[in-house]
Amino acid sequence: MAGARNKGNPGFMGWIDDRFPLTAMWDDHLAKYYAPKNFNFWYFFGSLALLVLVNQLLTGIWLTMSYNPTAEGAFASVEYIMRDVDYGWLLRYMHSTGASAFFAVVYLHMFRGLLYGSYRKPRELVWIFGMTIYLALMAEAFMGYLLPWGQMSYWGAQVIVSLFSAVPVIGPDLAEWIRGDYLISGITLNRFFSLHVVALPIVLLGLVVMHIIALHEVGSNNPDGIEIKEKKDENGVPLDGIPFHPYYTVKDIVGVVVFLFVFCLIIFFFPEMGGYFIEQPNFEPANPLKTPPHIAPVWYFTPFYAMLRAIPPIAASQFPGVVVMGGAIAILFVLPWLDRSPVKSMRYKGWISKVMLVIFAISFVILGYLGVVPSSPGRTLVAQICTALYFAYFFLMPFYTRMESTKPVPERVTG
Amino acid sequence: MKKFFIAIMLVLVPVVASANTGGVHLDKMSPDPTNKESLQRGMKTFVNYCMGCHSANYQRYERAATDLGIPNELVQQNLIFGDSKVGEQMTIAMPKADAAAWFGNPPPDLTLETRLRGEDWVYTYLRSFYKDPARPWGVNNVVFPDVGMPNILEGLQGLQVNHCTKEEMAHHEKTIDPLTGLEMGGCLSVAEKGSLSEEEFDKTIYDLVNFMSYMGNPVKLESQAIGYKVLIFLFIFFFFAYALKKEYWKDVH
Repeated sequence: MAGARNKGNPGFMGWIDDRFPLTAMWDDHLAKYYAPKNFNFWYFFGSLALLVLVNQLLTGIWLTMSYNPTAEGAFASVEYIMRDVDYGWLLRYMHSTGASAFFAVVYLHMFRGLLYGSYRKPRELVWIFGMTIYLALMAEAFMGYLLPWGQMSYWGAQVIVSLFSAVPVIGPDLAEWIRGDYLISGITLNRFFSLHVVALPIVLLGLVVMHIIALHEVGSNNPDGIEIKEKKDENGVPLDGIPFHPYYTVKDIVGVVVFLFVFCLIIFFFPEMGGYFIEQPNFEPANPLKTPPHIAPVWYFTPFYAMLRAIPPIAASQFPGVVVMGGAIAILFVLPWLDRSPVKSMRYKGWISKVMLVIFAISFVILGYLGVVPSSPGRTLVAQICTALYFAYFFLMPFYTRMESTKPVPERVTG
Repeated sequence: MKKFFIAIMLVLVPVVASANTGGVHLDKMSPDPTNKESLQRGMKTFVNYCMGCHSANYQRYERAATDLGIPNELVQQNLIFGDSKVGEQMTIAMPKADAAAWFGNPPPDLTLETRLRGEDWVYTYLRSFYKDPARPWGVNNVVFPDVGMPNILEGLQGLQVNHCTKEEMAHHEKTIDPLTGLEMGGCLSVAEKGSLSEEEFDKTIYDLVNFMSYMGNPVKLESQAIGYKVLIFLFIFFFFAYALKKEYWKDVH
């Protein structure tokens, strides 16, 4: 796409551009990438996710310099980082808080997609790459959580890996293959470390590049859900578009400052976040002989964990629960084909869509809470209802989006 | 959509707020990492009583000495009993296998105990031993029933007896009668006096837990000091960032 652009110019940049399409890339993705001018609050979270990704990569590199990936040394090396490495505590808290922040901004980023129909044609691949990032991020976070080798690291991993053993026929062998052992051990720790610091970051970076290339190919959606490329001026610039740089770079800096304020407040004053970001049992080294009284995954996995627990076993097999949990994530991949509404944005959809989205979001939050607390018959019932509502949002979408009457979509973007 | 966001927040807040509920009543203890005298007394109690059996393997003597304002020589002479050097970690000589045989379980490392169980728990636990001839060490504990640990501080506290049934113990809560100033509803009372009064003993335990709290997170003060500077910087920077954004966006209509 760079073609013969910017060739034969004088000076240092000319020399570079003759050999590498630097100016062309800068223009394509920043200075002449035209984004709709009506982005609102919800559009901060994409760039914030990128910021947190960089934070995780950089702090992760320095943590790896002092971390010892063995069952004997892992826990002590984390305390070594916390106490003996200069500003090691800061690196560690930035990384542990960054993990939670990553999910917080990604969940808000995904909600924005649901709100304004950012998954709709022609952005199906943007959405699917994004969902794959989310999936890779869950694997990355899960494997990273084992590395401190605390009690919750160990037993959380034990519970999650044992889910694979619920798969009929191949289950037990599959779980053993993942662990590399009959139980979570130093061997598991070694391979999770390798996947966490090498394999998955490469996958994540590759997916993020594809997510952004696909986005810049089709152009950004906006709160009105209309295509700004359909109305262009004589130079081929969308009438409702403004160059990403400098307009959105300076706007995103404001968002970054606000985000960093909250982020730093947690890092410096509440790094455990009351046990939600770093769980208390993780201050005790992993002990394969002592099960903690209450095993709960970190908050960002709890909605799916609650679904797992809500589904009763069939013939003593947890497999139905595992299928429902997997299905809850898998169904998001086909979302672009479930929405049959003539309009993209929630602003112009009918009341059923609005109600369904609110119910969906509330169910997700309630499930998140139920996954944190121990289960009881009453809570299980609530979890079952919320699971049903979660799926109803998707399964009924082809019907309610076609049935309901929508509002007319304006020609040009509104404020 | 703002309304929707607020609605979500309203649903979330009570949910998060009610997520932490405990079993046995715990007395409140708020650690004060700025009170160096208290921390120093706590460290003295810790090395004299706790470190007979418990290690603090991740904490260095020297770090504690620096943070608590104790000269290294004083620590080396008065607070290190084995042949450890001041730059080393606060380890103990008791072999784990022997300890397991003597107590049932090896006494846990205490460096991170307050972060694991919370300051309130440790503070209440250490003051909740009572006479129970059925137990191997002659004592039991309200907070940690059938614990394998003897009341190492009995010489200071004296021997407590328990007036409550198991059911009552679960709701054990000390209250002070506002008229008489006497304690009401407490399950435990000292039957044989120790070398300290109850008040002095509570203060000793406060100092000890304060030290343990420091040890669990020795960077707390430094972290907060840097935190204030960072937040002030971000607060000021926000206005510049916002002004820059406004300036650029003037020509967007």
